[in-house]
Amino acid sequence: MIPELGILRRHGKQYIPDITAPKVPGPFKGRPEISTAAVDEAALADLCPTGAIGKKPVTIDLGKCVMCGACSFAFPEKIKFTSDYKIATNSRDRLIVSEGSSDPIMLDESKIRSEIRSLFGRSLKLREISAGGGNADEGELNACGNPNFDMGRFGIEFLASPRHTDGIVITGPITKNMAAATQICYDAVPSPKLIILAGTDAISGGIFAGSPALDRSFLGRYPVDLYVPGNPPHPLTFVNGVLSLVRKMKG
Amino acid sequence: MTAVSAVIRNQGVIPLTRIPVVSYPEFIRVVDELMTGGLHCVNYFAWAEGDMLKFIICLANDSDGTIHLLMHKSPKRTGLQLDALSLQHYQLHIFEREISENFGVDFTGHPWPKPVRYAWNRADQSKLINNYPFYKIDSDELHEVGVGPIHAGVIEPGHFRFLCNGETVLHLEIQLGWQHRGVESLFLTKPGLLQRTILSESIASDTSVGHSLAFVSLLESLAGINPGETLEMERTLALELERIAMHLGDLSNVNIGMAYQLASAVFGTLRTPVINYTQTWCGNRFGKGLNRVGGSHYPFNDELAAKLLDLMNKVEETAKPMADRLFGLPSFLMRSESIGRVTEAQTRLIGAVGMAARNAGVARDIRVTHPFASYRNHPIESQTLTQGDVWARMMLRNLELNDSVYYVRDLTRTWMDTHEPVSVPAEEKKLQLAADSFAVSLVEGWRGEVCHCAVTGSNGAIVHYKVKDPSLHNWMALALSLRNLEISDFPINNKSYNLSYCGFDL
Repeated sequence: MIPELGILRRHGKQYIPDITAPKVPGPFKGRPEISTAAVDEAALADLCPTGAIGKKPVTIDLGKCVMCGACSFAFPEKIKFTSDYKIATNSRDRLIVSEGSSDPIMLDESKIRSEIRSLFGRSLKLREISAGGGNADEGELNACGNPNFDMGRFGIEFLASPRHTDGIVITGPITKNMAAATQICYDAVPSPKLIILAGTDAISGGIFAGSPALDRSFLGRYPVDLYVPGNPPHPLTFVNGVLSLVRKMKG
Repeated sequence: MTAVSAVIRNQGVIPLTRIPVVSYPEFIRVVDELMTGGLHCVNYFAWAEGDMLKFIICLANDSDGTIHLLMHKSPKRTGLQLDALSLQHYQLHIFEREISENFGVDFTGHPWPKPVRYAWNRADQSKLINNYPFYKIDSDELHEVGVGPIHAGVIEPGHFRFLCNGETVLHLEIQLGWQHRGVESLFLTKPGLLQRTILSESIASDTSVGHSLAFVSLLESLAGINPGETLEMERTLALELERIAMHLGDLSNVNIGMAYQLASAVFGTLRTPVINYTQTWCGNRFGKGLNRVGGSHYPFNDELAAKLLDLMNKVEETAKPMADRLFGLPSFLMRSESIGRVTEAQTRLIGAVGMAARNAGVARDIRVTHPFASYRNHPIESQTLTQGDVWARMMLRNLELNDSVYYVRDLTRTWMDTHEPVSVPAEEKKLQLAADSFAVSLVEGWRGEVCHCAVTGSNGAIVHYKVKDPSLHNWMALALSLRNLEISDFPINNKSYNLSYCGFDL
């Protein structure tokens, strides 16, 4: 046992004590801020690889943005990505950031079904469906449960059987080949149940939008409870997003 | 009679007219001669041009760093029949299956002419993914176990069908395609350079750096851009960081499968500072955004270099005591030795690459045999084990982790001594790609050989783009490793390979 003790001592405490507070390092791209500076808007919109930039006023749709930052390199006076990772919301419209706004992205409280907080506030079990996910989205969702982010302490956990869960988390642009399996899995989850879209690919198709290999008709059939943007979504974005959906958060 | 084929090197470009187009019998003869001589196939694919179907094969010679190219062509028509080359060289089976699925070519005598990924533009739309023709054995004694496409964990989808005699697996058939997003056709329909670069980062996002490096190198060779040594060093550092992070993740995952919580936690949490470092560098934990054609938005700097040296110390100091303990534990050895064994002969037969080759005595590593980026001037040593079992795949990761740490340290110091300014990425409108040409780009990603190929038309536009992830070869190794093994050994075996679903499905 002696070697294990040494290893354990070195391992120490790994968890982030306050999951709502850490700062992410480096040039991490979270919520963008768009200034009111006048620029060639057509050129700005044109350079976006996924058509996430709108004109008059200039907007960035985080549901389409793959966080490449090309707009901020070409027009640094216009677009700046902050490291604010709390960008998940339950309203598709709130993912669209407009020029002149530096407001945080919040959930629309009026849209949260009452049973979500009463039933899932202290225990939320989720079934993940990778439907064309590139394995970064899946990697980050796995990381949410690792000793660093440790979302298990909030009662949030991924489980194997949809029968034992309270909702699904979809990653990937939803391929034709996974369309039937996605529906079958959702049907197997007992009601009431959640649908969470994790990652830009799931929200809009991302760089794969428009591919004839996709079938996104599932999303037309049900309301989505949470959009978690990112390419892939950062674990802090996911954990904080889910917490603000199922619990009343302070501040 | 000696073989006639065009010869280029890794990241080489050649006018299409210089690649010999031979009759199919001659194609078979030359390919047979080259492959019997030890060359392995890094790509073999077809594309349609007008009413013709053109085929090109790329065979790598690992002893002299050359890549042999040869073509044949046929009028495009339904029911086109060609003799299967897979009969002589089994490693071609997956390439012939893919050509058959995409274009309806009937490779006569092919041992299992089954669909590969049910691509959206497959020739026969009546074949459906939910109706795959699995092998069956008629027997009252045997049973089948079907798993997937959705698995227990948070992982990508695939279907595994086990033919079992009691607890023993007689055969595992792996059916993929669930992840098919139409990547190769998107390379043509999304023409922007940035779109294509991001697409390359998304082929298999756990290999973002590997696949995007293959892409930008291919484009640079077609555009005649020399990235320069400094940029190459930075790209090489990113590629080795990806290897370190993924190897740590896999060392953690296999230990979850073995219920050894301590090793799983130690290796798993050690991965966090590595990918957080990549985020400190480029804003993304998977290295997305780093590789761009002709330059970088995130040039390396002295502060990053110092942090990287610190990180490598941390990785070494943390991983080594854990690895020493793990590989000395009798319970770990019992669980991993001789489990999921694939022999050297099988490995050569199926054309396995990367770790799936090096764990069974086949020294196949593009960094050594067809060096690219900094591996040309700063050679790396590659490790080969012979056991071919779960233990070997774990030990290989441990050894490669150490080698990468040493290599990153050396290369970082070289960068500190020699670096020059790195330019911003090339402007798309100034890029002129070589017309009517063929280019091939090989990169040793953490799983193995990544291969990107492009064919250009008369104005230099890309008319065909071909991606090969190492998993295209290696899924067969996982299938073979399960034979005569208990079905309960599947999870650790699967984790010990950690192959790519989306890289295969494209």
